[in-house]
Amino acid sequence: MSRSLAGWRSLGGWLLPVAAVSLGLLILSTGLWAAGYSAADALGALWRGSFGSWDAVTSATLPRMVPLLFIGAGLTLAFRAGAFNIGAEGQFYAGAIAATWAGLHLGGWPSPFALLILAAAAMLAGAAWCVIPTLLRVRFGVLEVISTLLMNFVAVALVSLMVTGPLQESRRVYPQSDPIAAAARLPILPGTRLHLGLPIAILLCLGLRVLYSRTQWGFRLRALGVGPRAAVITGRVPAGRYLAAALLGSAALAGLAGGVEVSGVSYALFQNLSPGYGFTAIAAVLLARLDPLGLMVTSLLFAALEAGAGAMQREAGIPSVAVYVVEAVVILVVVVAEGQAFRNAITARTAEPA
Amino acid sequence: MSTLPGVAAGFVEASVRVATPLALAALGETLAERGGTINLGIEGSMLAGALASALAAGAWGPDAGLLAGALAGLALAALFAAVAIGARANQIITGTAVSLLATGLTGAVYRRVYGNAGATLTIPTLPALSVPGLDQIPIVGHALFAQALPTYLVYLTVPLLWWVLSRTRWGLGLSAAGESAVAARAHGVPVSRVRIVAVMAGGAMAGLGGATLVLAQVGTFAEQMTAGRGFIAIAIVVLGGWHPVRVAAAALLFGAAAALQFLFQALGTPVPYQLFLMMPYLLALAALAGRIGRVRAPAALGQDL
Repeated sequence: MSRSLAGWRSLGGWLLPVAAVSLGLLILSTGLWAAGYSAADALGALWRGSFGSWDAVTSATLPRMVPLLFIGAGLTLAFRAGAFNIGAEGQFYAGAIAATWAGLHLGGWPSPFALLILAAAAMLAGAAWCVIPTLLRVRFGVLEVISTLLMNFVAVALVSLMVTGPLQESRRVYPQSDPIAAAARLPILPGTRLHLGLPIAILLCLGLRVLYSRTQWGFRLRALGVGPRAAVITGRVPAGRYLAAALLGSAALAGLAGGVEVSGVSYALFQNLSPGYGFTAIAAVLLARLDPLGLMVTSLLFAALEAGAGAMQREAGIPSVAVYVVEAVVILVVVVAEGQAFRNAITARTAEPA
Repeated sequence: MSTLPGVAAGFVEASVRVATPLALAALGETLAERGGTINLGIEGSMLAGALASALAAGAWGPDAGLLAGALAGLALAALFAAVAIGARANQIITGTAVSLLATGLTGAVYRRVYGNAGATLTIPTLPALSVPGLDQIPIVGHALFAQALPTYLVYLTVPLLWWVLSRTRWGLGLSAAGESAVAARAHGVPVSRVRIVAVMAGGAMAGLGGATLVLAQVGTFAEQMTAGRGFIAIAIVVLGGWHPVRVAAAALLFGAAAALQFLFQALGTPVPYQLFLMMPYLLALAALAGRIGRVRAPAALGQDL
């Protein structure tokens, strides 16, 4: 049984996430107090914006959980194979671009087919956005961390180019696309912003969990991949099929997240569509120790943080980017906790990927 | 300006000016990586340095801004070192988290100090310092010898870094730590300690690079203004084969690519500006692909102890 599964089943496994998030909130509160804000107001706004009302839960928090689940699911795959895909943000945008383009042209199709085509386009685009980093890793041993990171910036520029150029709305006034066809939009729960993407994402996580724990393929993926070795940088260690597949698969899921966001929430493409989902998902996955079930809990948590951050900015005047501080602290706490055990984890590794 | 020598001189001048912050960050990261640590947090160090320099320069002038930038970069690198080296945590994730932290912190502090309006603030910038005589050399004179202080710091740092790494005991110990922590320790090198010092010095230089970006290039601060320059610096380190002189040359190459963008835009070519925005990152990717396999990285790079 891998460490991550054991971690979440025991009480001790809950201690780390609780400690990490508590520390993050504590540091945030301290910083706010030092900057002259009222920490109580801030935390209150955080709560009200995330769980304080039916509206908050269904229209602010839960919709924000969906991209985190899709991206996070992909990252459990990548990280378990030792592939540090830090480019989910860019792959998200690539998927969003493709989904928007598809959504604008699929008006004549019956809705289920339009949605399937849109999803396929988004996944293909996301994977395509990771082809260069994957090639660089497999062929030349280039750290995918750097290459995927760099591709993020290219994606942001590409979105800007699209919404001021080929995909711009018909009146040519605003940097955004026309709304996509009704057939290409995911059904929503009436009165809320909650769309079909959420149950699909949950099913995906459950499916992955089964895959990881019950199939031979799942067993062969390493838990929390080993750090990059210099030999890999110089291209003398073959990266393996599992790694390439895991990288591309995680990118496809990140692209799907972008497509689902367009199809279920925004119905159009514009800049800053993602408030950093690609990076928040990393924190969520690490906090969940790469376990898809744990991911559902941590995604809810981070979605609540982001939803609350918006309220925090509106009500208490605190910039919403401050929530990145909490996320970063969470990642640091988790990575320190894994640090000492890390070498033990390496020696307790299961079979090397083929 | 429309004469060919004039255009060429302007091009070289812009290349050097844009290359300076990149060179500072890349040289700092070279030091860290020669010791075996890959610090993805230099993006955060650069951004923190940029904000710190803006705040300090506004209050006490541009020279104070440079110092503040270096200190801010050093502080963030210290956090990284504490977690990645002290707690032996995964370097990649730690570095990413530190850069994320910097984004949140600088954004929050910036809006707190300057308000949510987003108005461009004016900051006293660094004056260009001319070396009498040398700056009269045709075409390259002004470009190389009429720049702001940080550029001259780069000129000093390159030979200094080379000398430290290859001629001092400390530097040789650092290089040994970068090749094999076990072997270095067997020879009496305090591996963790030298790595921490190298990382912190590298962070200070990255912070200085961020300060240079504000005080000698852009002239103001904007959220997330470093836009991945720290990550480009890491690609520059690879392109330069972890040697100070070649790293500086690689940085100049990137500066030239950016200057080329200015040139095209000045010439009025109908190319969407976003393509020029993409160029540095695509160039970095090409550099990574091109160099790998022909250079040797420090063998222990990225390994946890």
